[in-house]
Amino acid sequence: MRVPSWLVIERRTKVTPWVTFGVSIVAIAAALVAAGIFFKAYGVSPLRAYRLIVTGALGSSVGIAETIRRTIPLLLIGVGLTVAFRALFWNIGAEGQLLFGAIAATGVALFVPMPEALRLPAMFAAGFIGGAMWALIPAVLKVRLGINDVISTLMLNYVAAFIVQWLILGPWKGPTARGFAYTDKFPSSAMIPRIPGTTVHWPTLILGVVAAVIAYVWVARTRQGFEIRVVGENPHAARYAGISQGKVVIMVMLVSGGLAGIAGVGEVAGVQRMLLDPAKLSLGYGYTAIIVAWLARRNPLAVLVTSVFFGVIMAGGDVIKVSLGLPFQLVNVFNGLILFFLIGSEIFMKYRVSFAWRKH
Amino acid sequence: MQKPCPIHRTDQQQEDETGFDAKDASPAVELRGIVKKFPGVIANAGVDLTVLKGEIHCLLGENGAGKTTLMRILYGLYQPDEGEITLNGKQVAIASPRKALEYRIGMVHQHFHLVPTLTVEENIVLGLDEGTGPFLRMRRTRRKINELAEAYGLQVDSQARVWQLSVGQQQRVEILKALYRDADILIMDEPTSVLTPQEVDALFGTLRTLVDNGLTIIFITHKLDEVMQISDRVTVLRKGAAIATVDTSSTNKAELARLMVGREVVFRLEKRLHERGGKMLVVENLHAENDRGLPALRGVSFELYAGEVLGVAGVSGNGQHELSEVLTGLRRARRGTALLESTDLTRCSARDIADLGVAHVPTERIRVGTVPSMSVRENLILKTYRKPPFCHWAFLDDKAAYENACTAIEQYEISAPHDGTAAKNLSGGNIQRLVLARELCGAPRFIVAAHPTYGLDVGATEQVRQVLLDQRDEGAGILLISEDLDEIMQMSDRILILYEGEVMGIVSSEEAELGEIGLMMAGTHRKGTGV
Repeated sequence: MRVPSWLVIERRTKVTPWVTFGVSIVAIAAALVAAGIFFKAYGVSPLRAYRLIVTGALGSSVGIAETIRRTIPLLLIGVGLTVAFRALFWNIGAEGQLLFGAIAATGVALFVPMPEALRLPAMFAAGFIGGAMWALIPAVLKVRLGINDVISTLMLNYVAAFIVQWLILGPWKGPTARGFAYTDKFPSSAMIPRIPGTTVHWPTLILGVVAAVIAYVWVARTRQGFEIRVVGENPHAARYAGISQGKVVIMVMLVSGGLAGIAGVGEVAGVQRMLLDPAKLSLGYGYTAIIVAWLARRNPLAVLVTSVFFGVIMAGGDVIKVSLGLPFQLVNVFNGLILFFLIGSEIFMKYRVSFAWRKH
Repeated sequence: MQKPCPIHRTDQQQEDETGFDAKDASPAVELRGIVKKFPGVIANAGVDLTVLKGEIHCLLGENGAGKTTLMRILYGLYQPDEGEITLNGKQVAIASPRKALEYRIGMVHQHFHLVPTLTVEENIVLGLDEGTGPFLRMRRTRRKINELAEAYGLQVDSQARVWQLSVGQQQRVEILKALYRDADILIMDEPTSVLTPQEVDALFGTLRTLVDNGLTIIFITHKLDEVMQISDRVTVLRKGAAIATVDTSSTNKAELARLMVGREVVFRLEKRLHERGGKMLVVENLHAENDRGLPALRGVSFELYAGEVLGVAGVSGNGQHELSEVLTGLRRARRGTALLESTDLTRCSARDIADLGVAHVPTERIRVGTVPSMSVRENLILKTYRKPPFCHWAFLDDKAAYENACTAIEQYEISAPHDGTAAKNLSGGNIQRLVLARELCGAPRFIVAAHPTYGLDVGATEQVRQVLLDQRDEGAGILLISEDLDEIMQMSDRILILYEGEVMGIVSSEEAELGEIGLMMAGTHRKGTGV
């Protein structure tokens, strides 16, 4: 490739947090500009649309509550994905793991007799295990048979969605649902408490914040975190040092799937309070969280910020859908553009590009 | 066209027949004030170089002296930041290798650029506009290849597929490729590093024939013996600058070494005489496969004693790499045993073997031996991180790791700004010091050292060799795998020769003869293993 002489490209010797931050901001700005073309095509001023997104998501207490509600699953899943991505396991299957967490929690909520005081904790535990078990499938396939993780995790999302459909149309269809495809409403002991007047199920939010902090310490300061980092940064060196890549992959996938499962518990027991159609249950959190984790540059603590950012976009997307009459898919377009520009911007974290006007 | 010279020839004949006279020749290549900067490094700092028509001109320098960069500029792969290039008296700009070919410059790279699944002739015409329309005209091509091959002693089956050829034959294909494109200036980048001594002789015969027929050859090397043997004149590069250009006939190895390194060089290592200890490792009938599932080790048996260096010689790809991996738990053995005292290493994991006190200096020290993006401190605990003092319960102890790093940096003279510097920012020599510091810290019993000085400068090489010999004196058994025969001869107590996964013989280094080892490396000679 020929580089014009007025352009100087140098390898950065050190990537400071400021460089990472700056590059990410520029990538988001570029995505905003590119998404503006689509708003324009709908005859809407992009600036107006963006202002509406922000004021809609943050300008009122209702908006803020909606933003937080969407932040909760993004936070939980995003934290798990940063850990999986650290070990170079490309978990695209958080959507399915969320659904399995929801299935497990529903099972405990509706069909397991137990002291009512223990029901919610048992649902969270079951949700974690459900998500973790669903994530274990692609992990074992990868470790034992070398099957591509991107494909297996992605495909299992559809399997999980169909299992939910089968449950709500078949064995778990609620006797009180009058022919609709969902389960019975959860008993009150199986409902996660909300901030009154909103759908913010705060215990799940607290779990998410705690998970972010623990995940950060785990990766940065513990023996297992060291193994995760070595496997992710150089698998050859991991093998050489006697670190089992298989064990690390299974470990991170149990955690990543488990956290997605807890997000599923939150949706089913905190928001919907019944198991229903997968598309209504999740709103694509498992996919959006990939961008959340990527924007956080695989740092669990940074997910605390990036998940809110995408919470705003999702909540604001609802607002522009209603007030401007735009399709909700525009938000997906925008999310896709952000991921596109983020991945494209990685090269600017490795290289510094500057202009040099000089004589030939 | 002159008749080609016989391929096997002695030095004496070569000197007699070399009719090169610097006074009569005009410059074929003149480089003036070439500057090339890379981020953080000045690879060439104003290099002048004059290569005369019809000579073999050696570019001598340590790794990182800027030899290859300079030649890549001449071949159009890099653009110089400053300076000018004159070919046969005309100033030119060489924007690409294609342009270089138009100026009749050819280059044989250290790592060959051949397509393994294509035939020799297909490789040779690759990228040329030879045919009529979409069709190749192979008959004419074949005739030209055969003429060239015959004229220059470059015999190779033009319809064989490249992957079937030996490394020496592949190199011939690369040379033919350049000749087919009518190159009259041929750049050879460290061409001998992959050859047996006999193949080197054949190559040198070919090069002589080429210059006798009017070609000019630029020969990049860091081996002094080769310079003395093959070149007419030599330019010494050091730290990106041309230090001197001298006639080979009026210089000697000691002077060249001094020019190359910048100080006097001692060629003798301090290798103390001492008694070897008891049997430490007994390898019996070891079989293993390479990454492609083909047999790489076929019944290897040997013994290693405490306090000795057993050198493993062989042309690369004859099972050395697989042997080192089997003994360190990174590759499964098909059959056979390797008993370290009473433990069979073939049944242990890499971690178990490391815990037994086996150190491994891997072939690819950057790709395998370190985690480039992690800090020096973390790289130094890559194998000990899960034990006290570096780990308490589940948590890593940063302070212990820091103290460990400080000790290692001082003891092994690792030049790093601080312990938090990413390993990728260290030079090759310092990365190897880091690997050694980590591997040798627990007083290992058995050390597998693969190519421990490959690509290091003279200073680092000396240090690494001395460190290994010190370990031997303290009673460690060392398996030294190297393609540098001089290193094997200097360091080893005994030498094992591998050819196609079999032991061709084990000789004691006092009785070893280079010629004999060469024949064993080529697989034409076998010797009883009763040393």
